[in-house]
Amino acid sequence: MITTRNWILVAILLLLGAVPAAAAYFEQPFYLDLLRRVMIFAIAAVSLNLILGYGGMVSFGHAAYLGIGGYAVGILAHHGIHSGWLQWGLAIGASALVALAIGAISVRTSGIYFIMITLAFTQMLYYLGISIEEYGGDDGMRVPVRSQFSGLVDLNDGTQFYFLVLGILAASLFLVHRLVNSRFGMVLQAIRSNEARTRAIGFSPYPYRLAAFVISGAMCGLAGALLVNHTAYLTPEFMNWTRSGELMFMVILGGIATSAGPLLGAAVLLLLEDVLQGWSLLPREAVRDHWQLYLGIFLVLVVLFARRGLAGLLPGKNE
Amino acid sequence: MNYILIAEQTLNGLQLGVMLFLLAAGLTLVFGIMNLVNLAHGALYMVGAYLTTWFYQATGSYLLAVVLGLAGTLAVGIVTELVALRTLYERDHLDQVLATFGLILIFNELIAIVWGRAALYSTIPDYLSGHVQLTDSLRYPLYRLVIIGVGLAVAVLLWFTVSRTRIGMLIRAGASNRAMVAALGVNIRLLYTIVFGVGAALAGLAGLLSGPIYAVQPGMGELILIQVFVVIVIGGIGSIRGAFAGALIVGMVDTMGRAFLKPTLATVLSPTAAETAGPALASMLIYLLMAAVLAFRPEGLFPSRGS
Amino acid sequence: MNKLLLETRELRKTFGALVATDGVDFDVREGETHAVIGPNGAGKTTFIKQISGELRPDSGEIRFAGDDITALPAPQRSHKGLARSFQITSIYREFSALENVALAVQAHAGHSFRFWRAAREDPALTGPAIRILEEIGLDRRKDVLAANLSHGEQRQLEIAMALATRPRLLLLDEPVAGMGTDESQRMIELLATLKGEKTIVLVEHDMDAVFTLADRISVLVYGRIIATGTPVEIRANQEVRAAYLGEDS
Repeated sequence: MITTRNWILVAILLLLGAVPAAAAYFEQPFYLDLLRRVMIFAIAAVSLNLILGYGGMVSFGHAAYLGIGGYAVGILAHHGIHSGWLQWGLAIGASALVALAIGAISVRTSGIYFIMITLAFTQMLYYLGISIEEYGGDDGMRVPVRSQFSGLVDLNDGTQFYFLVLGILAASLFLVHRLVNSRFGMVLQAIRSNEARTRAIGFSPYPYRLAAFVISGAMCGLAGALLVNHTAYLTPEFMNWTRSGELMFMVILGGIATSAGPLLGAAVLLLLEDVLQGWSLLPREAVRDHWQLYLGIFLVLVVLFARRGLAGLLPGKNE
Repeated sequence: MNYILIAEQTLNGLQLGVMLFLLAAGLTLVFGIMNLVNLAHGALYMVGAYLTTWFYQATGSYLLAVVLGLAGTLAVGIVTELVALRTLYERDHLDQVLATFGLILIFNELIAIVWGRAALYSTIPDYLSGHVQLTDSLRYPLYRLVIIGVGLAVAVLLWFTVSRTRIGMLIRAGASNRAMVAALGVNIRLLYTIVFGVGAALAGLAGLLSGPIYAVQPGMGELILIQVFVVIVIGGIGSIRGAFAGALIVGMVDTMGRAFLKPTLATVLSPTAAETAGPALASMLIYLLMAAVLAFRPEGLFPSRGS
Repeated sequence: MNKLLLETRELRKTFGALVATDGVDFDVREGETHAVIGPNGAGKTTFIKQISGELRPDSGEIRFAGDDITALPAPQRSHKGLARSFQITSIYREFSALENVALAVQAHAGHSFRFWRAAREDPALTGPAIRILEEIGLDRRKDVLAANLSHGEQRQLEIAMALATRPRLLLLDEPVAGMGTDESQRMIELLATLKGEKTIVLVEHDMDAVFTLADRISVLVYGRIIATGTPVEIRANQEVRAAYLGEDS
């Protein structure tokens, strides 16, 4: 069953597919770069939406998996291994393992505990990144060689890289769409909706929530591998707690537990940041230097007054 | 091992511990009684440090600066509660996290607009500087001893208030059963504002005390806030006793880890391996401790909820 | 015929100084409808929560179909054949009526680590769910969001979810609470059709429902069962009249 909303999402993806041609025509390669960044964060937000939106787990530590994905690529590259298959495989596998470890402890808890624990473990990984001098420590390190895929795709070619990211974004959206409508997804949403009832009809929440947590972490790890290829630079800042907050904000801004929400949220937030930092209409310094002030005000206003998110404005039935 | 060094690090651990306690005490009550996730608690710590530093520079009187700094933080805290946080009590945790995350950005930028992004140089008056000869061979900074003294005094005062007074009874009842307190006909709004104000003032106190030791700069609140979360998770949400125990444990473990882990590892590993693993492990230690506590006591060491 | 399906022995649960369940011995025979009545605060909900597995007793034993289930968590009890409805309506408000029941069917159709096929279009789940909705008289409302059903329909939906787990024992916690006369009459008729087919433990305030449906009645007062017997015996029991029924009339 394909809803109006999902047709709109498909249309957005098709539009994104037309961007490289348009960017080349108007000679604005900068936008290709910006949209690639938007799509990479959208993949991370899609993965977070699976547990935050559909699973009701307020994870304040999702940036951890961006970091692990990034470090998996960066560390292998540092030691001269440039195979994308290995790098990205490690990014996904290591993220899944870390999510399993963090999830095994945190998923048993709920409410404020869950929020603080996911935040704390991510901070632990952040400090770990800072303290390992071998891989750049505090300053991070350059990852000058992009992942190599036996000549299949060339990530040094901006357009090819762009289409690869777009493809992975589309695949992530489709995967989450299937997941949340499967038996597994129904249980996940049931636990969010009414845990006592779900236990009473015979489901133990723990394994389902943990599985979702691991899937989500692995998907975000892949986004991390893409991000480090995009920036060609790896720093512990990938795992900064404000990053986790931004990912959550993308999901809320776009519309929690909707398929198009994470993409819309990532796009609006990152484009807004870009605009605020380069806005020429207002006194430049006041806005550019303190754009986080406006972001903060925007965030508070969205939470207080626009709870349904941008996807709620789209035509079609609310999911 | 060097016993002088151990004694000195124990005092350092105690000093970090009471600092964390000052922050954790207010926050754990806000969690427990209002069921509010307040990320902006660290911002009040920052406000306390800035206001006091600024007042000290402006007036030249440290005591006056401390009084004004505390009053200012209290005022900022209460205004924040009235304007923004009050509307969040009935919202879910996700909204609370995001809105208070937004508040952090706002506070940090406002501070940066007023005082700039560079770290402020915070001083202490002469009568608090210098060292104290504790034993023949142990000299310890007077100011850090003062912090320990103030922290322990506050702990005793809080313990007395919570366990021996009427308001303390309400606070304890509120932390374990909010609906019950509301049913007793207590003005719950007022209780919330009082608890939040006290928490804000304690955060400001921690901030002004820490100013001369750590850097006074925008964002200083968040780094310590996450450590405070670890304290509260270990101690158990809503429990002053838990906050105290958790704070001392975290303060000690963190300080000892940073001081002794590398040399200890060097006795078993190669020096280069210890050079890498020591700092890495030391920075992870309190989080691993938290994981261990949670594995055995998911509600923390002193759970106050439900029962 | 008179085999015991559920028994509790010396069941005890305290909250601080409050003794909510005070050494309760309670038997339910296979096939009977056994009502538990008692004044407010008698510990009925605490008692039913221990049977369903939401609360662990301090001491004592619960046996179901001959097995000791005292330490078993709620989901596993459901798999053994215990189903419960809640005193305060407990459904998935943002799911349709059909999805609510289909989830309960799914809970007992093997594990749910199936990640790909759309559950809503799976006849193995929707088929039995629709049949149960028909049985209960909600089939015409199957696509309505549960939040938009009337109170009475929501209570029926809860019974449907309990039935969908194909239970051996139904624990019904005040199924007619908060209903108007018409609605509660319909609910009593519905429960009457289940009577005999299923073993039922019925916790209820509504004496109409209790005396219409119950084969046996146990009276719980201050955490103790002061009497168990047929409706006729309970009506005649002086102690019960003094402790409970007397207050009502």
